[in-house]
Amino acid sequence: MAKKETLPRQPMPEQPPEERIKNFKEVPLGYTPELAMKEASRCLQCKNPSCVKGCPVGVDIPGFIRLIREGEFAKAIRKIWEKNSLPAICGRVCPQENQCEGSCVLGKKGKPVAIGNLERFAADWEREHGTGELPPKAAPTGKKVAVVGSGPSGLTVAGDLILKGHEVTVYEAFHKGGGVLVYGIPEFRLPKDIVASELNYLERLGVKFEYNIVIGRTITVDELFKMGYDAIFIGVGAGLPRFLGIPGENLVGVYSANEYLTRSNLMKAYLFPEYDTPIAKGKNVVVIGAGNVAMDSARTALRMGAENVTIVYRRSREEMPARLAEIHHAEEEGIKFMLLTNPLRFIGDAHGRLRGMECIKMELGEPDESGRRRPIPVEGSNFEIECDLAIISVGAGANPLLAKNTPGLKLNKWGYIMVDPKTNKTYKKGVWAGGDIVTGQATVIKAAGAGRIASNSIHDYLTLGW
Amino acid sequence: MFEILRREELAGGTIILNEISAPFIAKKAKPGQFVILRATENGERIPLTMAETDPEKGTITIIYQVVGKSTALFKTLKVGDRYLDVVGPLGKPTEIEKVDGHVVCVGGGTGVAVLHPITRALKEIGNHVVAVIGARTKDMIILEDKMKEASHELFVCTDDGSYGHHGFVTDVLKDLIEKRDVRLVVTIGPVPMMKVACEITRPHKIKTIVSLNPIMVDGTGMCGCCRVNVGGETKFACVDGPEFDGHLVDFDELSARLKSYVEQEKIAYEKFKCECHA
Ligand SMILES: Cc1cc2nc3c(=O)[nH]c(=O)nc-3n(C[C@H](O)[C@H](O)[C@H](O)COP(=O)(O)OP(=O)(O)OC[C@H]3O[C@@H](n4cnc5c(N)ncnc54)[C@H](O)[C@@H]3O)c2cc1C
Ligand SMILES: Cc1cc2nc3c(=O)[nH]c(=O)nc-3n(C[C@H](O)[C@H](O)[C@H](O)COP(=O)(O)OP(=O)(O)OC[C@H]3O[C@@H](n4cnc5c(N)ncnc54)[C@H](O)[C@@H]3O)c2cc1C
Ligand code: SF4
Ligand code: SF4
Ligand code: FES
Repeated sequence: MAKKETLPRQPMPEQPPEERIKNFKEVPLGYTPELAMKEASRCLQCKNPSCVKGCPVGVDIPGFIRLIREGEFAKAIRKIWEKNSLPAICGRVCPQENQCEGSCVLGKKGKPVAIGNLERFAADWEREHGTGELPPKAAPTGKKVAVVGSGPSGLTVAGDLILKGHEVTVYEAFHKGGGVLVYGIPEFRLPKDIVASELNYLERLGVKFEYNIVIGRTITVDELFKMGYDAIFIGVGAGLPRFLGIPGENLVGVYSANEYLTRSNLMKAYLFPEYDTPIAKGKNVVVIGAGNVAMDSARTALRMGAENVTIVYRRSREEMPARLAEIHHAEEEGIKFMLLTNPLRFIGDAHGRLRGMECIKMELGEPDESGRRRPIPVEGSNFEIECDLAIISVGAGANPLLAKNTPGLKLNKWGYIMVDPKTNKTYKKGVWAGGDIVTGQATVIKAAGAGRIASNSIHDYLTLGW
Repeated sequence: MFEILRREELAGGTIILNEISAPFIAKKAKPGQFVILRATENGERIPLTMAETDPEKGTITIIYQVVGKSTALFKTLKVGDRYLDVVGPLGKPTEIEKVDGHVVCVGGGTGVAVLHPITRALKEIGNHVVAVIGARTKDMIILEDKMKEASHELFVCTDDGSYGHHGFVTDVLKDLIEKRDVRLVVTIGPVPMMKVACEITRPHKIKTIVSLNPIMVDGTGMCGCCRVNVGGETKFACVDGPEFDGHLVDFDELSARLKSYVEQEKIAYEKFKCECHA
């Protein structure tokens, strides 16, 4: 045991910061088989593993790590697939420090096992070296399921139910599948080839994808039933940008993170003019907020050629909700953090273009409903910063488009769809929901987990009844 | 899907009509709604209003003016070619209401294409509809016959006097307001034209509907790119509009936001022209 603990956590090789800020290629480069086996050997193979409790879908972590240690990579990935259908993605984007790794016993004294890195390794190995052999499919049941939205929750439902013998069609509003994985999370953090390969896998299993269809507009949920679907899963995400509600927010140069990231990721504006969609190139960029979305926006702006990128956040470092790895990457790349600072208004020039932002300093008071200390403005501490591009990344709300056109659903006071958490059934017969449209913006693995709960319940319904 | 079944060139080839196969959309679309189209994998998402729909045939018709790279690219598509993506129907349909006096529908440029189905619907519901359409010059006037059919009276204007009334559509509007009992105005066209029309109707407190065309990306309320200031409130034109009470719209802000990408648009268009000539 003592020997194992002395082996340090194996860092994943990365593109050096000065190089990577000039490209959109992935930052961490992945483990070699040797590094992976070495890191796997650090795991204590706990009898009662606390790490598994930290994983929202309960991946058999010691199980798959043991297989990596033994060099059985093909078996390792199959072990992960038992609980998680998107490991190449989760290994890259899960906030491991709050989930699996945050609960690893090794973390008490030293550094936890790099579970995410290992999960990513197993999935990448399978993609690059695997046989591509498909898992066995149950005999056709003759039942049809429609999945609305192709984010991680919808993809999980589709993958689960196709294996159980049901016919599955995914309806997606955009022209590409993946949800936030393609329109939100940038290439340098999650290469789009990986998302494409997950979609391709589902297509090979027989899942049909119908793009450019906005459910609630092109076709309604009730019409889907008329078209012969027996069950419907709604996984439309939390697609409503939040703004600050301060003066000057409609100036040219003020973006929501959704717009900025959709332009650059989905529409590939970072390749303009090879791609037609334009995007503003800022010299002095401010990003408001400090979650993953904010880090992604800031690091994208840097790669678009900004001279200065500053994260403006009203709380302190401790409360920043982003993944630790991304905060670290952002800092390495030279992004500045202006903490305990709140924007008051955007300032425009004569042509309605952004030229600055007035802010006020904040201090932390008593804890608020979220349990975090409430930021309070420091009177008279106003100051201006110069900026020509501002990206508002303060979270997302529930997009009402589908719910408005779907009688029978029940929504909570924020507009999220209400479900029975044990089954993810909505109040409308034959309709399930999960992911961000139920919980508010959460994580990829939580959305996938919600999809798993729904798919189990849908399968029961299709075979046993409501 | 999305095959072009009919193609016409209007206004000397500066305006193009495409009838596209899109059965799901055709079945649902109502006057005032739009679609977002893309022609190629590296293309931009372009919003265009449906000028006509045929639910039986499963087709929608768009009429667009060639103003930059994407519309120039669309122009190169022939009958039998397909759009890569067409999504819709998006936006709120026009509220077609019956009023006690005259309705005046004022359209400029390609705005006339957007105005046509609305004009027709306003007539069908029993209003007395006066239509006013205009363009820079005679050759740029579009849909004159259709607008005549869709209304009770039609006035045509040209800025240069080459056809019809010499002057702006808004001059005719002013005249009509003085002479008739105008209760509703619907005006669709370039931003400056809509702005002037609203200034004319404002003192008379005549309800004035405008259709706004801010830059869009998704068209489903997801990005906030299309936000407009209406009566001091931020609205998303793609889901809350595109039609709004013109007296509440901040047209100057809309104009500024429409200019967000002028430099890039120039680069893209120039590059496209080079590639086409090469
Ligand atoms: C920039 C960014 C970075 C993030 N980083 C991380 C991270 O590092 N780690 C992490 O775990 N989580 C991260 N998240 C959160 C995570 O991505 C989401 O929690 C997750 O994607 C939610 O999945 P979902 O299945 O609910 O839907 P989404 O991924 O939101 O997908 C919903 C899909 O439904 C489609 N849709 C919407 N309405 C309709 C309709 N009416 N008809 C048809 N289709 C429709 C949308 O176009 C979209 O494709 C990030 C989020 C963002 C925005
Ligand atoms: C709801 C709506 C309905 C519309 N209906 C019609 C129509 O029926 N017929 C018609 O001719 N035009 C219509 N437009 C305008 C049309 O979308 C633009 O002319 C087109 O996008 C220009 O693209 P481009 O690449 O050819 O030109 P660009 O060179 O890119 O742009 C020329 C100008 O068009 C505007 N524009 C650019 N990109 C967009 C975008 N993504 N969305 C909206 N505007 C943009 C800008 O003001 C820009 O300066 C509509 C716009 C909206 C929002
Ligand atoms: S799915 Fe996420 S939380 Fe679970 S083990 Fe993998 S990386 Fe950790
Ligand atoms: S808690 Fe840590 S050491 Fe124990 S099994 Fe899990 S990963 Fe291995
Ligand atoms: S175009 Fe994205 S919100 Fe309207």
